[in-house]
Amino acid sequence: MAVVEVPRPKLAPARMRPGDVMRVGAVGLRTRPLRAFLSALGIAIGIAAMVAVVGLSSSSGAELDRTLSALGTNLLTVSSGTTLTGEAAQMPKDAEAMIERIGPVEAAASVGKISEAKAYRSEQIPEAQTGGINTYAASLDLPATVGATLSSGTWLNAATERYPAAVLGWSTAQRLGIGSAGPDTQVVVGGVRFTVVGVLNPVALATDLDSGVLVGWPVAEERLGFDGHPTTLYTRSEEAKLEAVRQVLAGTANPEAPNEVDVSRPSDALAAKQATSQAFANLLLGVGAVALLVGGVGVANTMVISVLERRAEIGLRRSLGATRGQIRTQFLAESLLLSAMGGGGGILLGTAVTMGYALYSGWPSVVPAWATVGGLAATLLIGAMAGLYPAIRASRLSPTEALSTP
Amino acid sequence: MTHPMIQLTDVSRTYPGGVAALRSVSLRIDHGELVAIVGPSGSGKSTMLHVVGTLDRPTSGTIHIDGYNVSKLSDGQLSALRATTIGFVFQHFHLAAKVPALDNVADGLIYTGLARSERRRRAAAALERVGLGHRMDHEPHELSGGERQRVAIARAVAGEPPLLLADEPTGALDSVSGTGVMELLHELNASGTTIVIITHDREIASGLPRQVSMRDGQIIADSAVPVESLAESGVA
Repeated sequence: MAVVEVPRPKLAPARMRPGDVMRVGAVGLRTRPLRAFLSALGIAIGIAAMVAVVGLSSSSGAELDRTLSALGTNLLTVSSGTTLTGEAAQMPKDAEAMIERIGPVEAAASVGKISEAKAYRSEQIPEAQTGGINTYAASLDLPATVGATLSSGTWLNAATERYPAAVLGWSTAQRLGIGSAGPDTQVVVGGVRFTVVGVLNPVALATDLDSGVLVGWPVAEERLGFDGHPTTLYTRSEEAKLEAVRQVLAGTANPEAPNEVDVSRPSDALAAKQATSQAFANLLLGVGAVALLVGGVGVANTMVISVLERRAEIGLRRSLGATRGQIRTQFLAESLLLSAMGGGGGILLGTAVTMGYALYSGWPSVVPAWATVGGLAATLLIGAMAGLYPAIRASRLSPTEALSTP
Repeated sequence: MTHPMIQLTDVSRTYPGGVAALRSVSLRIDHGELVAIVGPSGSGKSTMLHVVGTLDRPTSGTIHIDGYNVSKLSDGQLSALRATTIGFVFQHFHLAAKVPALDNVADGLIYTGLARSERRRRAAAALERVGLGHRMDHEPHELSGGERQRVAIARAVAGEPPLLLADEPTGALDSVSGTGVMELLHELNASGTTIVIITHDREIASGLPRQVSMRDGQIIADSAVPVESLAESGVA
């Protein structure tokens, strides 16, 4: 038989439109929705965990910034340390007045710890059960300086500071079982009954006060044997000159022995605490990454099974004119769609968790854009890696073998 | 026509393990023919369909489909040839489950590069042509066997390929549905499509204008070629 060779137009496979790639990639997800949902869920949980961890740590960071800007970062505290020989040091009685003379200092207040006066709920409580509560003599301008607010009652005034009246710190009130201040509420301080005139809210920049009982300076000297030496001084200064103030503070508070006082900036401690929790957040982020990886393995598993099950479909598509590349693209698209669905769901879930928790804690809710974009990029990368091998396998399948599968 | 639709020259296909499914087969089918390739199972007729349909490559020999030398084409070019020139009909239909008939047919055109609206328009026309204009929204499980095979035929001809290859198209159907499907294939042939039907059913084969009989990977009879010339070529 003679073969008739004739010139024929060159053949070229048609390019698939992006919409068609998506449609073909979604075939497997449409026909097995539960399986698609479950394997997308694996990815979603991983991404949700990561987004929530980033979101929560950003939100608590934003909350700290908000707190600091409300509390001010210009508070410096001076506390009496120890002498060179290791004994408790004393600041001079007029330390507060001296500090107030420093130019940029806007406000100063002092407290004096009265070690020997212990506070109890009543006379019936055994002496040993101090409950970790300290008694302080406090100057009247203390709340204004440290930014303390009252949860109930009032602060001491020029009258009540001379009489047995006390203001309790937040934790003290809880430990003693006192809900609110009132004329009938009394505590025993150093053997003397004091009427509770106020209860403070937690004081973020002076946490020592939370577990304290605060009484007036004169009454402390008169009835509790207080020596009149302040143990901690709180100062507010002009923000710009804070460093300058800090340098002269020790010398001003205790000119005779500047080395015996410690100067600190409480807002630094808060920021340091935040840095510690950041390290913990990084650990959680790692856990989230592991969850994401496990989700990716789930997607790879789904894809391998999908290719095995759909051999007949692959054979049919090849007979309809699909090139190897188009089969590969189909399964890769399916894997990417699967992970993108999981990733999208995970970002929504993680954002919802962040917003819910932030709302619950009264924080501003912040989910950084880099977390959502990064999360989506990570899922697409995982999807591509999970789908690559099954897709290549599908494309290498011989069409006749695929068609012979019933 | 200056070239035949199908031309096989000394085509052999040996599977790994030494099984020779086709042994030096030569066959020419012209445009517009309606041919039955008939033979018992194991005669090599399925392999014949696969190599003619460019789904499988022969071990030796040359195949020309619509003038193209198949052995000189890349995978992409072969795919393009299948997309534009060859329509397949299978014994078990291979329809996508839970997908309406119209989309089953329209999705068959996805590799031709046509836009979706055009694919759906052509699919609707193809379904009208096979007499299923009233069943376009039905999913495969809502259709009878005969109707499913009609959908599959509509998918094969929606792109108007000049060649239609049918592998036991009535194999999974009862005789009434089978007859209907054969009538449809006759109609398609009358409108110009070259059709090759693979079957083991001699009754069906005898209803077609040309029969090519196969056994043990060789052509033992061809109603279009006198027995003597087959003998001359050393095949029989």
